[in-house]
Amino acid sequence: MQNVLLEMKQIEKEFGQTKVLKGVDLRLDAGEVLSLVGENGAGKSTLMNILFGMQSIVSTGGYGGEILWEGQTVKISSPAQAMELGIGMVHQEFMLLPAYTVTENVKLNREITKSNLISRVLGPSMGTLDHKTMQQETKEALDKIHLNVKPDIQVGSMSVGFKQFVEIAREIDKKNIRLIVFDEPTAVLTDVESRWLMDTIKEITAAGVAVIFISHKLNEVIELSDRIVVLRDGELVQTLERGETDATGLARLMVGRNVDFSNIEGRPVEEIEKREVVMEIRDLKVSMPGEKAKSVTIDIHEGEILGFCGLAGQGKLAISNGIAGLYPSSGEVRYKGETLPFGNPLAVLKKKIGFVSEDRRGIGLLLDESIRMNICLLAMQIRNRFFRSFGFFKQVDTKSMKETADAMIQELGIKCTGDAQHPSALSGGNQQKVCIARAVVFSPDVLFVSEPTRGIDIGAKKVILDYLVRLNREKGTTIVMTSSELTELRTMCDRIAVIYDGKVKAILKPTDSDEKFGLLMSGIDA
Amino acid sequence: MKMKCRQFFEEFGVTRMIAVGFFLAIAIAVPVLHLNTLTLYSQALTRMAMNGVLVLTMVPIMVCGAGMNFALPIGIICGLIGGLISMNMNLQGFTGFFASILFSLPFSLVMGYLYGLLMNRVKGSEMMIATYVGFAVISAMCIVWLFVPIDNLVLRMQMGRGLRKDVVLTDFWAGILDDLCPVTIGGLTIPLGTFLFLFLMCFLVYLYMHSKTGIMMRAAGQNPGLAAANGINVDRMRIWGITLSTVLGAIGILVYAQSYGFMQFYESPKMMSFSAVAAVLLGGASNKRASIFNVIFGVMVFQGILTLSMPVANVLLPESNISDIVRMIISNGIILYALGKGSGKK
Repeated sequence: MQNVLLEMKQIEKEFGQTKVLKGVDLRLDAGEVLSLVGENGAGKSTLMNILFGMQSIVSTGGYGGEILWEGQTVKISSPAQAMELGIGMVHQEFMLLPAYTVTENVKLNREITKSNLISRVLGPSMGTLDHKTMQQETKEALDKIHLNVKPDIQVGSMSVGFKQFVEIAREIDKKNIRLIVFDEPTAVLTDVESRWLMDTIKEITAAGVAVIFISHKLNEVIELSDRIVVLRDGELVQTLERGETDATGLARLMVGRNVDFSNIEGRPVEEIEKREVVMEIRDLKVSMPGEKAKSVTIDIHEGEILGFCGLAGQGKLAISNGIAGLYPSSGEVRYKGETLPFGNPLAVLKKKIGFVSEDRRGIGLLLDESIRMNICLLAMQIRNRFFRSFGFFKQVDTKSMKETADAMIQELGIKCTGDAQHPSALSGGNQQKVCIARAVVFSPDVLFVSEPTRGIDIGAKKVILDYLVRLNREKGTTIVMTSSELTELRTMCDRIAVIYDGKVKAILKPTDSDEKFGLLMSGIDA
Repeated sequence: MKMKCRQFFEEFGVTRMIAVGFFLAIAIAVPVLHLNTLTLYSQALTRMAMNGVLVLTMVPIMVCGAGMNFALPIGIICGLIGGLISMNMNLQGFTGFFASILFSLPFSLVMGYLYGLLMNRVKGSEMMIATYVGFAVISAMCIVWLFVPIDNLVLRMQMGRGLRKDVVLTDFWAGILDDLCPVTIGGLTIPLGTFLFLFLMCFLVYLYMHSKTGIMMRAAGQNPGLAAANGINVDRMRIWGITLSTVLGAIGILVYAQSYGFMQFYESPKMMSFSAVAAVLLGGASNKRASIFNVIFGVMVFQGILTLSMPVANVLLPESNISDIVRMIISNGIILYALGKGSGKK
C-alpha cells in the first residue's frame, strides 16, 4: 500500500442547470504524476478549481462528493486553505506582478521579516524585510529547478518561459508543499523549455511532491504520467496506469463518444470539392488575443458546410472573426474573385457574408432592445429593409418587422413572451437563436457561425443545428461553422478542417476515425 | 391585482414616485397656504415649456452612447451667437426669432462636430470631460463677447465697447412663442405656442430616432461592439448624435430666451446643463436610454418643483435670507437626487 496523498470521490458539480462534473474519482500518491486529459469543457479546470477552493465554485453552491487529503476528509472552501494543506498551482495565465523582482514575486505574502521598534508595537506586519534571507531562499528554489537568473531582476522583463519557471519556483519555495497542479504549462513554452519543464517535474516528484499535470500535448502526458485520468463531458472515461496506452489510444478515448460516424449521411467529399470555390483564403493571419491564426490557407466551396475544429487557443475562432473584419488581419481572402478588405465589417456584410459571433452576450445582442429589433437590425442596416418611405425620409416599419420577427420566433422556436420582449431575460439557447435569426433575416450567401452551441441546452442545440442544415440544403447557403464540439461538427459538416497552431493541420471527412481527429488536434501527424 | 400594482410601481421606479409625490405635495401646498395659486401655476407651466427643448437635447446624445450632455453650454453659446447676429441686424418678431435659429445653425453644426470628435477620443469619461469643456468654452466666449463688433447700440455696454451682460428682448422677439396663442382658463395662462413648438421639436426628434440613422445610432450607443460587427460606423453615429444635441441646444436657448425676456451672455449659461440633466434623469432616463416621454415628464416634474417650492418655502420660512438658502438647497438638492438615484436603474 502506497502513501495515498489525495483522493477525490464521486465529485459532482453543476452550474445552474448544466452538470459539468458527473461523479469523478481520482487518487494520487505522494511523488506521483497524474495527468488529466480531455477536450475543452470536459471538466478539467472545474475539477482543479474545486480542489483549490476557488471562489467560482464556492459561490455557485459548492460541489458534491468527498475529498480526502492524507486519509482525512476535508472541505476546501478557499485557496488559502488549499495552500495551508500544501496544494500549489502553476497557472496558465501567469499570476505574477511584472514590476516586482523574482524574489518579491516568489516570497509574495510570505515575506521574511525582522522585528523592529514599530513592529513590536503594531505587530509583525510592520516588520523590516529580511532581504538577505529572502534572496537566499529564492536562489535555492531557483537552483532546484535549474533556473539560472538573478533573484533581483524584474519579472516583467523576462521571457514567457522564464516566467513560467518563476511560478514553479514560487510553489517549490513553500515549505509545506505536497502537491503542485500544472495547468497547461507547456502551452506557451518552446520545445526546449518544455523539455526542461518535464525534467523539472520529474525532479520535483523525485523529491516526494505529487504533481497533477493538465495538458493537451499527449506525448508529454504519456512520457510523464504514472497515471492518466481521461475526462469527457464531465465524466470519468477511464483511468490508465503507466504504459497502458499510447498517444493514439489516448486520443481515441479523449474524443470518441462511441458514436458511429462511419455511416452518417454526409455528402461525398469528392463531389463537394468539384464545386465552384466561393472563397479562397490564402495565408490568413489574424491577431486575435489568445486565438492567433498564423497562416490559414483553405478553399471554401459553394454550398458546402465546412467545419473548423481544434483545441482552444489554436486559432480556429480567429479565422471567421478575421474575415468578418473584427480583428486586425493580413494575408488574402478572395470572395467570388474579388479581394475582401480586412477590418471593414460593412464591406464584408455588403457582399452577403454573414457572421454569428461566439461572443453572444458581448457583441451578439442588444440586451435592452426588443427581440424584434435584434432580429431585424442587420437587414435594416445592410439591406434597408423594414423601412417605409415618406418622400424625403424613411421611417421604421414596425408592422413588417413584427411579421418577420414572429416568423423567425416560430421557425426557431424562440421561447419568449413576444417579439417585444428584451433578450436579456431569455435563456442562453434562445439568445443564440435570436443571434442566428438576425444573420438569417439578412439572407447571406455565406454564413460564418462560431460556437453556436456553446453553453446552451440540448434542446436548443438540436434546433439550431437542424436549422443550419436546413438553411444549407434548402437555400443553398454556404455555412462555415467553428466549434469546440467535434461531435456536432461531424454530424453536420461535409468537410472538417483541423486547426492547430494557427494553421490548417488537415482537412478530414466526418467519417474519419476518432483517433485521427484526436491526434491531429493535439498536433501529432496521423 | 396586487402583482400588477407591484409591477407598475417597479417599472415606474421609486425615484420617480418620490419626485412626483414631492411635486404633488408642493402643488397642493400652494392653495393651502393661500398663495397666489393661478399666477404660480401659470409660471410653472411657462417654465416647463421654456425649458423643454433644452432637456430634449439629452435624447440624441444619450442614445448614441456619449452620456449626458454636460457640454450643453456649447449649444447654448451657438444659440446666443445666432440671436446676437439677428439682433445686430435689428430683425424683429418672427423674422428675428427664426433668423436667430437659422444663424445659429452653422455654428452649432461645426461646434457639435468638433465636440463629437473630442468625445470620440475620450470614450468612457465623456461626461466628466464634457463638463469642463462646457466651462472652458464659456470662459473663452467671455473674451469674445467683449471684443465682438456690434453695430446695434442697444446691445452694447453703456460705457466702452463689448456686449451687455443681459439684453432685453422686448424690442425684438420677447414672448414670441408664449404670446402666439395663449390659452387662459379662469386666470390660468398656458403658453400654448411654446408648448406647440416644444412638441414639434419632440416630434422631429421622434422621427429622426425612428429613421435608419436613428436606429443604428441606438444600436451603436447600446452595444458598440455589436454595432461595429454589424457594419455600423460607431464613431460617426456618435458624432451625429452629439451634433444634433448641440443644434437642439442652440434652438433650446432661443426658446428659453423668448420666454424669459432676456438674452443672457457671459457666465449665465454655465450651470444650465445641470438642470437639464436633472430633469431628464428625473423623467426616468438612464445612462444609455432616454425617450421623448422621459423628457416631457422630467421637465414637468423638475421645473414644477423648482418653481413652486420657492414661494412655499418663503411662507414656511419667513426669514428672507433663509429662503434664499433654501432655494439653493432645493434646486441643487433635486439635481443631486436625480444624478445619484436616476443614473442607476430607474
